[in-house]
Amino acid sequence: MDISQYLILSAILFTVGIFGVFLNKKNIIIILMSIELMLLAVNINFVAFSIYTNDMVGQLFSLLILTVAAAEAAIGLAILVIYNRNHKSIAVEDVSTMNG
Amino acid sequence: MTGLFYLPALPELFIALGAMVLLMVGVFKKEKSYETVSFLSVLLLTSVLVIINLEYIPLGYAFNSSFLSDDFSNYTKSLILLSSIGIIIISSGYLKTIGIMKFEYPVLILLSVIGMMVMVSSNDIISLYLGLELQSLPLYVLASMRRESKKSTEAGLKYFVLGALSSCMLLYGLSLIYGFSGSILYSDIASFLSENNSNQGILFGLAFLTAGLAFKISVVPFHMWAPDVYEGSPTTITAFLASAPKVAAVALFTKIMVNCFPSLIDQWQLMIIFISIASMLLGSFAAIGQNNVKRLLAYSSIGHMGFVLIGLATGTISGVTGLLIYLTIYVFMVIGTFACILSLKVNGTNIESISDLSGLSKVNPMIAFVLSMFLFSLAGIPPLAGFFAKFYIFLSAIESGLYALAIIGVLASVIGAFYYLRIIKIIYFDENINVFEPITKRMKLIIYITAIPVILFFIRPSLITDIAEKAALSLF
Repeated sequence: MDISQYLILSAILFTVGIFGVFLNKKNIIIILMSIELMLLAVNINFVAFSIYTNDMVGQLFSLLILTVAAAEAAIGLAILVIYNRNHKSIAVEDVSTMNG
Repeated sequence: MTGLFYLPALPELFIALGAMVLLMVGVFKKEKSYETVSFLSVLLLTSVLVIINLEYIPLGYAFNSSFLSDDFSNYTKSLILLSSIGIIIISSGYLKTIGIMKFEYPVLILLSVIGMMVMVSSNDIISLYLGLELQSLPLYVLASMRRESKKSTEAGLKYFVLGALSSCMLLYGLSLIYGFSGSILYSDIASFLSENNSNQGILFGLAFLTAGLAFKISVVPFHMWAPDVYEGSPTTITAFLASAPKVAAVALFTKIMVNCFPSLIDQWQLMIIFISIASMLLGSFAAIGQNNVKRLLAYSSIGHMGFVLIGLATGTISGVTGLLIYLTIYVFMVIGTFACILSLKVNGTNIESISDLSGLSKVNPMIAFVLSMFLFSLAGIPPLAGFFAKFYIFLSAIESGLYALAIIGVLASVIGAFYYLRIIKIIYFDENINVFEPITKRMKLIIYITAIPVILFFIRPSLITDIAEKAALSLF
């Protein structure tokens, strides 16, 4: 099995995720989607390595990551809802009440 | 694997079960649910603190050696527990002022504390990641706890996005480390690395791991979130963010670097020296222009983490001892300072800007004195504890031959002294403009308890240094 193709795929997905977080100017939901994408890229890495080294722990880890990602998405969306209630907007450029 | 294999993890299990029970108590108790739950959670944390330090719980591995409890983890766990007890006690008055007396608040702190305790006693990368996430997720909720406030929700959102991003980076690093070394256990990774010293994949993973952990302790260049999140969060949560999670993340950082990558010290030492110098300088310069107390303390904590990382950069026992002593003193100073700030109220609201402190010495000389002692100590002026913290760290850096790091550290602490002294000047020499409300007994208790070790540390330094040295020894 050639592992480098899997690693390249996951590196590309991870980079797309990072750029999605930083270059996105429109919408916070897109940031949440980018974070999910990065977590899934990491999952590809873990599963590919797990098959390659014939070690089950990587697959176990990727199941745990899926669980944590679900919890994280739930909390993120909940925070987004209360944010939207106060600011009446979820545009990225509006997130600047405090300077910085 | 016979007998009670989970025994070393009993403190964590105890707090986890306690948090569930307290959640039920909070739901079923109609009146005064916050007071009851907060009192019981302080009781729970105190009993765990006592159990850990009386050594009733056997040390050793648990859960298929993914969990290791030793002197190092017990020391850092005690620090984490002490600071969270302090935070829960000082919270109630402030929460009443801003109107969020919710019983979920202490429960979320408990859950976060479990995460931190798992982090510092992790022995493989799965428990590392799960502990880190369990620590972070309640903190995102706590930061945005003030639901009707624009600033608090924005702080929560910023903290969430950047925290999740840093977790992803850390996880990507962990996946590379797992894949190229073929194991998740720290000891296996270390023995793999001692044979294959220059594995490119693992080096790449190490860089990602360092970046992710640097985000969690908010050091340069990953510090951007700290001032905004500190300013927006409820002040008690700011105090919590500045104390316990930092202790846990620095302890984890030390543990993984020393246990897992001892043979790559040349590579990570460079990264940590850079991070440390940049954060010491940024912490000193950027805080000068600040007028908001919370923002100022955010920059101050960035600077202090820079000093702490000097101890890690040496990679020696004396460096780690210095790091642990620094963390201990730092926790006392930060909680004391925040307790002073939280206890000062004008017209029913807590003060936020530094100019509100003007002339405090004329109204309340006792608090003014204690607060200026904390600030002198943060600046590192002898004979207060903050001086000794820096002293041990610089000493270990000189022992390891890192002269440039020690010299830059001394210069940065001199520059940093300026903004602490400016606050003291405002407290003592400016005209009094505000009428401060009287301070509650509970706040006084915490302020004095934290002030005693900070002021009187020089009488018996060995009380702390001996335990810290024992803890550092168990790591090597």
